[in-house]
Parts: sequence; structure tokens; C-alpha cells
Amino acid sequence: MAQILSPLPGTFYRSPSPDKPPYKVDGDAVAAGDVIGLIEVMKSFHEVTAEASGTNIRFLADNEDPVMAGAPLADVD
Amino acid sequence: MLKKLLIANRGEIAVRIIRAAQDLGIATVAVHSAADTESLHVQLADEAVDIGPPAAKKSYLNIDALLKAARDTGCDSVHPGYGFLAENAAFSDAVTAAGLVFVGPSGEAIRLMGDKVSARSAAAAAHVPVVPGSTGRVEGIEAAREVLIDTGFPVMIKAAAGGGGRGIRIANSLAEFEQAFPQAEAEALAAFGDGGLYMEKVIGKARHIEVQVLADGKDAIHCYERECSLQRRRQKVWEEAPSRALPDRVRQELCASAVALAKAVGYSGAGTVEYLYDDEADRFYFIEMNTRIQVEHPVTEAITGIDLVAEMLRIAGGEKLRLRQGDVLVRGHAIEVRLNAEDPARDFAPFPGQVGELRIPGGPGVRFDSMLYQGYQVPPFYDSLLAKLIVHAETREAAITRLARALRELKIGGLKTTKPLFLALAADPSVQAGEVHTRWLEGWLTENAAALAD
Repeated sequence: MAQILSPLPGTFYRSPSPDKPPYKVDGDAVAAGDVIGLIEVMKSFHEVTAEASGTNIRFLADNEDPVMAGAPLADVD
Repeated sequence: MLKKLLIANRGEIAVRIIRAAQDLGIATVAVHSAADTESLHVQLADEAVDIGPPAAKKSYLNIDALLKAARDTGCDSVHPGYGFLAENAAFSDAVTAAGLVFVGPSGEAIRLMGDKVSARSAAAAAHVPVVPGSTGRVEGIEAAREVLIDTGFPVMIKAAAGGGGRGIRIANSLAEFEQAFPQAEAEALAAFGDGGLYMEKVIGKARHIEVQVLADGKDAIHCYERECSLQRRRQKVWEEAPSRALPDRVRQELCASAVALAKAVGYSGAGTVEYLYDDEADRFYFIEMNTRIQVEHPVTEAITGIDLVAEMLRIAGGEKLRLRQGDVLVRGHAIEVRLNAEDPARDFAPFPGQVGELRIPGGPGVRFDSMLYQGYQVPPFYDSLLAKLIVHAETREAAITRLARALRELKIGGLKTTKPLFLALAADPSVQAGEVHTRWLEGWLTENAAALAD
């Protein structure tokens, strides 16, 4: 099992915009480089990508959660 | 006079407003999100209320939570600062409906100026020059040729049904225009099912010049202009007053037009009328009116000696304008730079973190408006503005020298800031000569940004 960590402090978003579906949902497979969410820091948005491929992603942070740099966002098998 | 003020904001502007209120003997209530418990504005206010989680939507933009905080603490008034709800007409209305005083204009005035079309109409009705163009749609190429008398070249032809930059053509000469207009018409019809077009003059190299006004609902005065031509992504980074580009005759016309507009809309409080100034044609054009106190208000305070935030509070408390136009005198030159938590060497990437060593510049003619203190943890949830450094001196040249001196004194440890940008700009010959326009800085940055490491 691996964890995807937040690269920055800020607000975590699961989807590219409020009216769009989430990048990934629990149970999805991820490939290295896949975008799994956004971090908003000081009004600018940064994509969070998976570093390695895996299966069965399980999100640990909710949409709009405040997160610190290094905080776990999701588990991946 | 107001008795107890809720400040519906955070950061340096909340601190600025608390100071003005306390100087007038008005009690202050700060509001803060869960991320701002340790903020300077919370420490300086007489009372503080927690209004919700870090996300601005759930705290600083939560009208119900703000009104509840005002009621629970017995406030009689609310100052919105800038950003957040400052230009939200519904907030102004809600504050008033709750029986409190909104320190700013009515919801009606905010609505009128917040809508591009109604603002342009209000300006034109008050004889304020707007960007030349067609009044609404142009019907046919013959009517279009008449509009050219006002616009000259280059001229922009836009599809009335277009948007987001679609359906725009620019003609640089009559020949190009004769070709482009029918094409644009056919294209608009094909793309939008509507061949309607309108036209607007293209203002190439323009300066951003804005006029500070103060009004009490009946009377209005101006506090002269500020020039804010140094911008990145439409964000001002360096503001100064007066503008060195403006001939005195144009300055008088420009300022008078801002007063005329404020009076025409029954404006109350502090406001800013923004213009583009085309040096080459020596013409100015209304862009919009900002119905709030602005970030860059201290440059006007420096050259006029007027405390604009205190005047806002007095007007909101029911006083008439204390100053007459003849009382407003300009002395010297002032410059403000915005110190943001951003790394200018890495495309201005945001840089929240903990403030280490802090050395604040001082001496004559130096003002530092900020919420920083040693050990302060800059939260990642809000705007990156950390501090505004304002310098004032007898001449523009002396102000730039003083700016560079104050920047060298300044130390903000632990964070990347835009300080290196301003040290470089203060040393740049074009900036020193004032030969800039609103798109100048972005061009300069493509050449120089990499060298802006701390």
C-alpha cells in the first residue's frame, strides 16, 4: 500500500470545478501521473498527481478539506 | 459617530481599519476563521469572534455568520474592507436590513457600478468619457463608418452575441475595416445565428490612472489620482501618486469627471473611479468604479495627509464631508509596493509558511502596513498579500531612492516574497523615467524574472 501526500498546504478539491465529477472515486485504479485532485493555495490551483500506478484508491481527505503539506490525501494498493 | 464596529475582513486591511476606528474612539470587533486565531487583527481588536472553518466561503463570505457576530457583540456598524464581501450589494443590503450601518455605499450604488453596461451608461450620462465606440449595436457598414469617426484605428469589431474573446476582429486601417466588417457580420451570423456587431476603439499602450473620491451622499470631492500601470496578470504591484504622465489640465478634467460621476450616482463613502489614459492621444477613458477602499489607498493618504479610512467611518456615522475641495492639497510623491508571499523567480508561485526574522523598515517618509509578526504562520487559504511598503518624499526621484533604501532594510525571514522584484524595478531605467504602460511589466518579466531570486 502507498499513500498520496499533499505537496502543498491549502484546500483540497476532488474535482476540477464544482460542477464537474471528481477526478477519481474510491476503488478506481490510478496510473503514475494521473491527477487525483487540486490544492488551492493563496487563490492559485495546483494539480496533485499520483507518483506510481496502483489499484483501489481510497480517499482520506474530503472535498474542501484544509490540508497541511505532507498530509495523506489517499491510500493506493 | 459610530460606537462599535465589526470588521468583516482579515489581514493587513483589518488591522488598518481597527487602527482608524480606535483612533476615533470606536470599539472594534474582529472576526476570524479557524485558521486565523493567531492573527494580528484578532490580537489588536477589542473583541474577536470565531465565524467558521478556514475556507473563506464558510467564514469571511458567510453573511449569516457575520451578521450574527455583529448582533451578538452589540455592534452598530460593519466595515467590509476590500475583497471578500466589500462589493457585494446583497451584503450591503443585508447589513442595512439588520439595522446596522454599512461603511460603504448602498446596495443600489454597488449594483449600478458593478454591472459593466449600467456603469458605462451612468458614466456617459455624467459626461465622463468612455472608451469610444458604438452605442449598442451597429446596423450595417454605413452606420459603422460613422462610428469610425469616434474610434479611429485600430478598431475592434465584436459580435454582439459573442463572448469570451470569440468573434473579435481588429482593423488597423480603413482598407482592413472595409474587408473585415462584412466578414465579421457573416461570421457572427454563422457562429451565433445573429449578425449583430458592435465596435470599440483599441487602446494600445495605456496607463492605468484612478481617482480617489470621498462623498457623503450629496456632496463629493476628489483626493487626486494614483497611477497603477505596473501590473502582472491585471494585478497591480506598484502604485504611485501623483501620476507623472498627466498634464495638469488633464488632471483637473479627470478628477472633475470622477466627482461628477460620484455626485450623479449619489455616492457615499470612499470610492475609486478607474480610467485608461492614452498618453499619445492625450485622452482618458472611464473603465469602472470600485465601490470600496482600495489596497493602494495609502499613497493618496501620504500625499494629501488625509486618513481615508477615518473619513469613511465619519461619513458612515452620519457626518457631512468635513473637507472641501480646496482643503485637499498635494505634497510630494508617494509609492506603494505590494509584498506578496510569492516567489518571483518561480513564476510567482505562492509561498505560505512561518515568518522567521522580521526587520521592518522605518525612518522619515516610510510606512509599513502589514499583519506580520515574528513567528506568524501565514495561512495558505487566503490572498498572498503580506505587507504594503509605502514611501513618501519631496520628488518622485527621491521617493524611488527611499523605496530602495527601505527595501534593503526590510527582512522577512522564512518566506519567499516579491521584495526582489521591487528592488529590481526601483533600479530599472524605464521605471525611473516613468516610461511604462499596463502591459510593460509582463514583457519586462519575460526577460528579467529568472534573476529575481532572493
